[in-house]
Amino acid sequence: MSHSATAIMSIEKPQVEVEHLNLFYGNSQALTDMSFGIPASQVTALIGPSGCGKSTFLRCINRMNDLVEGLRIEGSITIDGENINDPSLDVIELRRKVGMVFQKWNPFPKSIYENVIYGLRIAGIKERGVLDQAVEQSLKRAALWDEVKDRLQQSAMGLSGGQMQRLCIARAVAVNPEIILMDEPCSALDPRSTSRIEELIRELRGEYTIIIVTHNMQQAARISDYTAYMYLGELIEYGPTQKLFTVPERKETEDYITGRFG
Amino acid sequence: MATKKSTNKFWRQGEPFVWGTALALTLVLFMTVLLFYVVLANGITVFWPKDVILATLNNGGYALGELVKDEKNPATGKKRFQFKIGNRDLYSLDFKWIDTEDIKSFSTPSDIYVLERQENGNFYGSLKELKTPGLVLPAEKKENLQAALDAIEPQRLEVEKIDRQIAALNDKVEQNNNKLLKLRYKKEEHTPATVALHDKVNTIKAEFEKLVSVLGSKQGIVAANEAVFVDANGQEKTIRLADIVRYYQPNSMSWLQKWSYYGKRLRELLFAEPRESNTEGGLFPAIFGTIMLIFMMSILSFPLGVLAGIYLREYAREGYLVKMVRIAVNNLAGIPSIVYGIFGLGFFVYGIGSQIDLLFFPEKLPTPTFGTGGILWASMTLGLLTVPVVIVATEEALGAIPPGIREGSQALAATKFQTLTRILLPMASPGILTGFILAMARAAGEVAPLMITGVVKLAPALPLDGSFPYLHLDRKFMHLGFHIYDIGFQSPNVEAAKPMVYVTTLLLILIVLIMTSTAIYLRNRMRERFSVADL
Repeated sequence: MSHSATAIMSIEKPQVEVEHLNLFYGNSQALTDMSFGIPASQVTALIGPSGCGKSTFLRCINRMNDLVEGLRIEGSITIDGENINDPSLDVIELRRKVGMVFQKWNPFPKSIYENVIYGLRIAGIKERGVLDQAVEQSLKRAALWDEVKDRLQQSAMGLSGGQMQRLCIARAVAVNPEIILMDEPCSALDPRSTSRIEELIRELRGEYTIIIVTHNMQQAARISDYTAYMYLGELIEYGPTQKLFTVPERKETEDYITGRFG
Repeated sequence: MATKKSTNKFWRQGEPFVWGTALALTLVLFMTVLLFYVVLANGITVFWPKDVILATLNNGGYALGELVKDEKNPATGKKRFQFKIGNRDLYSLDFKWIDTEDIKSFSTPSDIYVLERQENGNFYGSLKELKTPGLVLPAEKKENLQAALDAIEPQRLEVEKIDRQIAALNDKVEQNNNKLLKLRYKKEEHTPATVALHDKVNTIKAEFEKLVSVLGSKQGIVAANEAVFVDANGQEKTIRLADIVRYYQPNSMSWLQKWSYYGKRLRELLFAEPRESNTEGGLFPAIFGTIMLIFMMSILSFPLGVLAGIYLREYAREGYLVKMVRIAVNNLAGIPSIVYGIFGLGFFVYGIGSQIDLLFFPEKLPTPTFGTGGILWASMTLGLLTVPVVIVATEEALGAIPPGIREGSQALAATKFQTLTRILLPMASPGILTGFILAMARAAGEVAPLMITGVVKLAPALPLDGSFPYLHLDRKFMHLGFHIYDIGFQSPNVEAAKPMVYVTTLLLILIVLIMTSTAIYLRNRMRERFSVADL
């Protein structure tokens, strides 16, 4: 499938710049020649049918794929002008800068308090005052403070699914990253929790660069500023959300968002 | 048609399968309960004072003893009774079968004494007179056995005290002799240090001689006090008071007295040394040896197994080699324990042990120090035997943690090591502890490998005591499991040892139960803390 350059909008001064990214699992190619730029302090949504490589791409940005054996990457991803696959780059520093929220919430079997400050403890911060403040701030930012402020020392395992997911967002926010990656954060949540998370994402916009993978096209339309449509490991179309959802340039994109395909 | 349909349903719903599963469980439960019942029922009644029965025989004789059991005489087809008649020094056998037709009547005379003696087992009979030349007894208590025993008690305690002092001196002499040996080995025989040591040994020896002579005279006094007993047939037996460990008159004992006797025997079991080639007395050295062995085994195998498990699951690159290692580890758990014992003997005792002797104790050779079985080698052998269980449990516990948790931690900029220590290990701890419980239970039940790596029938000294260097890793030790085998099958008087076999078994089961329950309690608390039921 060949695609015209016109379908991929170029961004001025992108924070994340992807150039000719190819990714292989052993012999099979999962991402093919992806090139685009993601702007700072905006919400960018990645949409596309299952298995098109959205999550794989997302996990390249904080090098979560390092854990996968037999994986090979070509091309480059630069964040603020730094190639993140450079062998001299400290992956720990990268992950401090690029937080991640997963599809399935994964709080640790610790107290709510300890969950939020986990990243700070890892970074070696011990001052009680700083930690207390970080907990309050992060939980407030994740819109969870009012619900849990009286039981910070209780286990996070007692929270509901939506609350756990917001706790995971608070945990990611606590280390003050610049970019937050969200891998289908609402796919396992009920509609009410979903709308709370969407609200939260809108609030976080401006402070953080958010890159979100979603299956839900309405959600992408509601919360994102830019949208990228991927299919079979290729980036088909990328542009401002409003434009992509109303006047898509590519036929494939139109088919997908109108539900004729996918 | 209708019946066919219902039979079809019967098979389709797997009714027979449900019954089959229930049957399997019932069978297992039944066997377990039966085992416990046999051990418990036999073990728990051993110390209860049984009535002593006097059987009047048709031939005019008497038999006196405890009724053990009755059965059909295979020769005549009639019922016969087994009596424990004791008095081994008079009859040479403790037990006697008496046919029903030989018995005229039974009675339970209240003045019968049962004596537990230092030697020759129980004595059953009645008291005739006391010969107490060295004791001053009040006139009204001239014939009172208790008063005599009370009067001799201080003397006896003094003898024991002197015995202990002599043992301590022996210890000192031994230590000095070792030093001398070392000096002689270094060819420093005529240095001032050697001379000083010789002097020291000589002063100790003088002290020793003095104590021995005191002991001799004390023992003489104690030994002079005797009591004359008669058995059921009027045969007299003079017994030294000092040889009587305990006496009781079961036929005239109240419930309270019986309970108090039971308590005394229990205390003796737990805290006293064994007597009479282990068939009487206490089990303290064996209990101590068992617990210490399991403790040392845990210290050796637990960290090793956990570390190996962590490497295998977290760091080793998944591949052919790791698969082979995993299979090998799993198979290790199935190797007969005697093979481990032989390995322990060959590698630890003869290999490492003899090298240690060459390096550190050359002066004592050819007498081995570490080059012979001991508690260190036995614990290492058991550690080796249980380490696969710990490895497998650690691996599985780590593997059961949802991958999302690892990713969550690493996405928050934690290194692999931080993830492991802060998240994974606490979460895996209940599973690891489960493996540890299994390992401990297995180690507590092993006897075969111990028999060739350091367990003995009777160890004169504990591996942990008050004399320098306190922890004697080279010492041989006693063990409850081996004790069962030894008194049950190797004892010169198997029938007399039978009650002790049950008691020892019961005790071993209880010790394992206590240790594993503690571990299970710990595990459950951790499970509550670290569970991720919702993930």
